[in-house]
Amino acid sequence: MDKLKSYSSNKMFQIGILALLVITSGAGVYFMEKSVTSFLLLLASLLLLYYTSFSDRVKWLIALGLLVVVIPLATSGSPSQQAYMEVAVQTGIYIAMALGLNIVVGFAGLLDLGFVAFFAIGAYTYAIFASPHAQNLFSSDTFPLSGEWFWLFILIGGFFAAVFGVLLGIPVLRVKGDYLAIVTLGFGEIIRIVFNNLDKPVNITNGAMGLSSIQPAELFGYQFTYSHQIYFIVLAILGLVIFGVRRVEHSRLGRSWKAVREDEIAAQAMGIPLVRTKLWAFAIGASFSGLMGVVFAAKQQFVDPTSFTLLESITILVMVILGGMGSVPGVILGASIITILNLQILTELTGWLNTMFAVPDALSPAKMQKMLFGIVLVLIAVYRPQGLIPAKNRSVDPAKLKEPEDAAQAGRPTSA
Amino acid sequence: MQEVLSTLPQVLIDGLILGAVYAVVALGYTMVYGILELINFAHGEIFMVGAFIGTAALLSFQTAGLLGAMPLWLSLLIVILISSLLTGLLGVGIERLAYRPLRTAPKLIPLISAIGISFLLQDIVRFIAELKTGNYIVTGPSLYVEKITIPFSSLWGGFHDVGFKANSLIVIGVAILIMIGLDLFVNKTKWGIAMRAVAQDRETAQLMSINVNKVIALTFFIGSSIGGATGVLYAQQYSTIDPFIGFILGLKAFTAAVLGGIGNIRGAMFGGLVIGMLEVFAASNLKVLTGGALGAEYKDVFAFMILILVLLFKPEGLFGQAVKEKV
Amino acid sequence: MKKVLSMFSVIALLSATAIGCGGGGQTAKEETIKIATQSPLSGNSATLGEAIKLGAQMALEENKEKFKQMGFNIELLPMDDQGDPKKGVANAQQIGADQSVLGVVGHLNSGVAIPSSVVYEKFKLAMVSPANTAIEITERGMKSVNRICARDDFQGPAAAAYALNDLKAKNIFVIQDKTAYGQGLADNFKSAAEKMGANIVGYEGITIGEKDFNGVLNQVAAKKPDLVYFGGLYAEGGILVKQAREKGLNIPIMGGDGLDSSTIVQIAGDSIKNTFYTSVAADVSKSPKGKEWADAYEKKFGKKPESFSFYGYDAMGVLLKGLEDAIKQNGNKKPTREQVMNAVRAIQDYEGVATKVAFDEKGDNKYAKVFIFKFDNQAYPGTLVGEKSKN
Repeated sequence: MDKLKSYSSNKMFQIGILALLVITSGAGVYFMEKSVTSFLLLLASLLLLYYTSFSDRVKWLIALGLLVVVIPLATSGSPSQQAYMEVAVQTGIYIAMALGLNIVVGFAGLLDLGFVAFFAIGAYTYAIFASPHAQNLFSSDTFPLSGEWFWLFILIGGFFAAVFGVLLGIPVLRVKGDYLAIVTLGFGEIIRIVFNNLDKPVNITNGAMGLSSIQPAELFGYQFTYSHQIYFIVLAILGLVIFGVRRVEHSRLGRSWKAVREDEIAAQAMGIPLVRTKLWAFAIGASFSGLMGVVFAAKQQFVDPTSFTLLESITILVMVILGGMGSVPGVILGASIITILNLQILTELTGWLNTMFAVPDALSPAKMQKMLFGIVLVLIAVYRPQGLIPAKNRSVDPAKLKEPEDAAQAGRPTSA
Repeated sequence: MQEVLSTLPQVLIDGLILGAVYAVVALGYTMVYGILELINFAHGEIFMVGAFIGTAALLSFQTAGLLGAMPLWLSLLIVILISSLLTGLLGVGIERLAYRPLRTAPKLIPLISAIGISFLLQDIVRFIAELKTGNYIVTGPSLYVEKITIPFSSLWGGFHDVGFKANSLIVIGVAILIMIGLDLFVNKTKWGIAMRAVAQDRETAQLMSINVNKVIALTFFIGSSIGGATGVLYAQQYSTIDPFIGFILGLKAFTAAVLGGIGNIRGAMFGGLVIGMLEVFAASNLKVLTGGALGAEYKDVFAFMILILVLLFKPEGLFGQAVKEKV
Repeated sequence: MKKVLSMFSVIALLSATAIGCGGGGQTAKEETIKIATQSPLSGNSATLGEAIKLGAQMALEENKEKFKQMGFNIELLPMDDQGDPKKGVANAQQIGADQSVLGVVGHLNSGVAIPSSVVYEKFKLAMVSPANTAIEITERGMKSVNRICARDDFQGPAAAAYALNDLKAKNIFVIQDKTAYGQGLADNFKSAAEKMGANIVGYEGITIGEKDFNGVLNQVAAKKPDLVYFGGLYAEGGILVKQAREKGLNIPIMGGDGLDSSTIVQIAGDSIKNTFYTSVAADVSKSPKGKEWADAYEKKFGKKPESFSFYGYDAMGVLLKGLEDAIKQNGNKKPTREQVMNAVRAIQDYEGVATKVAFDEKGDNKYAKVFIFKFDNQAYPGTLVGEKSKN
């Protein structure tokens, strides 16, 4: 065992394992017509990377290389490219949303059960202006806006969602804990019902019929319609979101959120402006969801209220809780697991079971989504409330603080 | 306006029936919240399980030929008893497995566990129903279907007559019985006093040699069993049930509990009736009152708006007492 | 942490090698062609979705032998879209990725079919819809999209004509379930009825999944209409009918093909009498061929066919006919997706169990007919009381 341990902490050994995993699984993806397992292993190499003992910078560089070069390249050889990329795109969208919710729930400790509402707001913001329906609404030839506007709308969608986040936040600040959860749940349902009914008296959202033929994103005449193209948009936005979250987490604001989460009254006594801190959490969290909403609308080219149900909000919550509230890598892992489970594993398993045995339809794993969520939530709550990758606080060695010279020599505070 | 008035008696009756269901379900929320300060999200699902157990029992009575062999009221009573006993035990089991280990955890955690249980129950029931019948929308036999008409039009020409089925009276009657019984139990019996003591201050109650765990289990048993009994009544009233009836209904019942002041049993009854009536009134008259701008589909928006407004401006509810936060 | 790492790496390494070894492809003598179905097998409308799948499965298995002789092994790839657009699109991508898939039978919900068909169009993958009635499906000018059923702007007006001419309804109350299907149908019914001179006394929405529709029904009672038209599915429709009768509203209630399910009779029970529905499938059990089919279906799957089983069966039949034509045109070799797509669109005289099929340039069925049924007693299907053809 000791030998194994020393092996596994050896950097060369780690590089070897990682490279081996990437090469075999990448080749599997590239050469086989369809291999979900090797695609999943390729993604798992990112997780393995997280556990290696490289410095953060090296990890980021390798991850970037994997995501930008290796994964698109490996999948490009396979006829299943679009299917893999669709999963990757949806995973990216959910990761961004889960990171947004993580700010509200994980950092600031405000349980929000209506989070998908902000996603809906982002999606509808773009959909209303970029679908042919806009012509009826504004009776002008400039509409629908072309896909070139998509890039601006990412910001507008995020901004709108943030505004709604604040609008929701202002009244909600008076309530706490369980009541807050219920109020946000009510808010989420209200938004959905309103979108579903806003075809009268003025037809804004086209009601239950949804908005179709939305313009896909476009850059200098190049249209992003296939999943492997949208993948790069999602990746870029996700990169910004992760960067933003990591910056904000350790900023003054981020530390205020955590203080508020741990003890509101104590935080207030320490001079943290409660109202502003909470509103920022709502606004930033909502904006992540809103900008991914715009991407979603451009990807689906169709938006209707059925995509924004309560189940969706709870799915995002499950991601955060499974991964670990307040832990950025945890949330990314949680969102990936749940999305891939939903989109690929359960479907594949159902298909596989159907070919092997005559399974009664009631038993098919694809239907067990809710049961699985239920089990995950209860087990996590009871046995591992901190999630798969628990949140870590940067700890500072007091001895070093006392001796500034030593600290300067050691570089920045060590993260444990 | 004429139209609103003419249907008013019918609206009130329909609202009363729906409100009675909300009120009894709200009792379950309010009892658990009062004692644990936990929104038992799974309570709506316990109600749903009760509806399914009741329907299953009635269906098996029917196939066994027992339904015709005994008087209707007896079979209904037996079904209600079976259902409330089983759901009561289910409630105790849920408390033991999913809530008791979390009693000292941060408040967010039990809530998450409750949502989990709620999902789990929905899917397990769906699973069983689908395996048994091939379809999870289940329609059971209705016992009291005679139509009753009250000639309101003879009272005043502008009113329409009111029609409902006999089962509606049973729903209201049983709901009233449950409420009175619970009120007496909580206020007059030793166990009821213990319950209130635990709700007020768990540690002190423990020092007074009250077995807190037992009291909490009992609370769950009673809350869940009346939830299950209501489920049977609901299944009788609407005859068609599915595994997802509990969630939204539970939310509305919770709204009722909040409106009346959570932790307050009489408040929950009042809140339930108000929410039920408002909902039917909104569905019947929103169109007329807003000149066609808003339709009946906005009725849920109103239910949630009430919830939000009450929580914002009178979080202690209409009958509750404001609690100062302890530092 | 180190322990986790070492465990993880060992497991990963093992499984990676396993994949490396197990990657050998199958070398089958016959080439496999898959046809996918996409319909909700779970969720609210699972009864209808499953009926589509089973109908399609039956058609496929009946034709298996014929394709075997041509040197192809045809297989069914059933997918569950859960009635969710996101899931539908993800499934569509998976279907598109599987090169052996040459056609899709689906969907049930228009809200799912619209975004998913965008994906099929990219892959030039022929889709034959058994059930989508929304106008927009074929109006977007997609080459891959076809349907065998009637559009809302045909089904709605047909129902309106029957309501006005045969049932002599003057004052009509329209209710819809606020879904893409229900609203589309109800709106088309409403505008046609208005054009024909009916008086729409009320137009209301209900919430799907609910069980208490007394509020809306009180409005109906207050307006005293001669007929209620309901755009929606059987689950809500059944309860609506039942509660309307309990309120003493014994007027005719009419709906679209969403009510065309045996479950509605289960739900509404005795109250179902005097309920009408339109359907694109004739009462197949009356014709000897149809009866034989229905018996075979019941024997095979242990349940009675729903109307959507017929649609599913015919949609698959059309698709296989297109596939067969494409194979022949391609000199008995496996055709490309584009060839299949064009062959399907070119079909002009397919005789299905429920309907004759010929596609026009948009992909709509020229022979789509609407049949009107009435429930006279507690039995499914109802009695055929009228039919309207397109021309």
